[in-house]
Amino acid sequence: MPFVAGLKCRECARPYPAEALHVCEFCFGPLEVVYDYEAIAGAVSREKIAAGPPTIWRYADLLPASDRSPVNLGAGFTPLVRADRLAAELGLGELWVKNDTLNPTGSFKDRVVSVALTKARELGFKVAACASTGNLATSVAAHSARAGMDSVVFIPADLEVGKVVATAVFGGKLIAVEGNYDDVNRLCAELAGERPSWAFVNVNVRTYYAEGSKTLAFEVAEQLGWQAPDHVVVPIASGSQLTKVHKGFGELHRVGLLDEEPHVRVSGAQAEGCSPVATAFAAGSDHIRPVKPSTIAKSLAIGNPADGWYALDVVRRTGGAVAAVSDDEIVEGIQLLARTEGIFAETAGGVTIATLAKLAAGGVVRRDERVVVYVTGLGYKTLEAVTPHVAPTATIAPTLEAFNDAVEVEE
Amino acid sequence: MSAVTVRVPTQLRSLSGGAGEVSVDGATVGEVLKALDAAHAGFAERLFDETAQLRRFVNVFVADEDVRFLQGLDTPVEPGQTVSIVPAVAGG
Repeated sequence: MPFVAGLKCRECARPYPAEALHVCEFCFGPLEVVYDYEAIAGAVSREKIAAGPPTIWRYADLLPASDRSPVNLGAGFTPLVRADRLAAELGLGELWVKNDTLNPTGSFKDRVVSVALTKARELGFKVAACASTGNLATSVAAHSARAGMDSVVFIPADLEVGKVVATAVFGGKLIAVEGNYDDVNRLCAELAGERPSWAFVNVNVRTYYAEGSKTLAFEVAEQLGWQAPDHVVVPIASGSQLTKVHKGFGELHRVGLLDEEPHVRVSGAQAEGCSPVATAFAAGSDHIRPVKPSTIAKSLAIGNPADGWYALDVVRRTGGAVAAVSDDEIVEGIQLLARTEGIFAETAGGVTIATLAKLAAGGVVRRDERVVVYVTGLGYKTLEAVTPHVAPTATIAPTLEAFNDAVEVEE
Repeated sequence: MSAVTVRVPTQLRSLSGGAGEVSVDGATVGEVLKALDAAHAGFAERLFDETAQLRRFVNVFVADEDVRFLQGLDTPVEPGQTVSIVPAVAGG
């Protein structure tokens, strides 16, 4: 936090103070946190990080909120697991899964929310709010409970039951909106103007919130022995996470934590039923045309992605690709990851694994690369997606005979 | 022509004397936004880029539908409808 110099418009570079601002008043461009990297370089070290807590707050020097009293449920420092069995199925070499299903509320959103609410509390906010496809709502409700803040979270009315229940249980206000995520988001963008005393984590506090995703890069580099991977595959909803993963690797080099300048190829994953970024990538276009989402990957169902253009730019500049997969492929992706690596991901993870498979088959992700695939949400959140496809092997009476009749098992 | 209500985001209310809603005339989104600029100078340069298209980070809605799903600046606006200007950078 002491290293934040202010905010700056990403488009026109107009400076702003480090307050609850997310949009440039002149051109509507997104605001970015400006850091004093020279001061950070003088303060950080691999040893200091290694001695820090096993959470995102071990990287506090590179985050825009103070770690003196963070709103913390223990987000981050999730396992990076070598995935040889999955790699063999996909014809890849060195493949790692960043298993971010293992966050306190089961998704990577705990990273961004921990940063956002810590900053919101610093700025004096008493109420936390958000527009969510589900995972964010759960995380905001949980972190608000932990912080003793009131919460008001907004979701599309047709979400999976697990996400609704796992949010409502924390006791804040949960508003189900008749419409899709983009409708919810527009409502919140308008509401944020009318309720300036609320911290909408992904509206007026979004500048800080989004920075939490950088920790997905920080951890991978640290877990690889302070080396960057060659290629990462990241899901795209708003596109923010992908751009921040890329930014994170660059920052580590800038402050001296990575010896060599990273050249990480960044690829993006979308569902065919909501693929505005993949469509623009395939068309070679700079123009991201919004869509009306229709996919089982509801956590990625943002038809009008705020950072879509920036995500596309990162992918193109780094030599990656964006691909999209069908609902059937998403379910197969979930099952493939479960069967080979023992990790049960939600639909967004299915999108990412299926896209990895597609990019590997197409030669975009290569066997000679060190690859990291980000799996960002837990399978128990979207049981509906796999329920029609898996079931008990047999249902039997409690007798040896019934078992022997029902099941052929190798001795 | 009858009046159309334009909802102004907080970022632009310095142009509308602090008002969150402004009433103007116009039969299309383009006309409505031009009328808004005529009534309160400064809106056009904030909303449009050098090619006279809506800036990348500006969303405009007519009766709660994104005009990019309709006919863009040519989208017809009925009397009594609401046109909302909303910053695009939100969510996710």
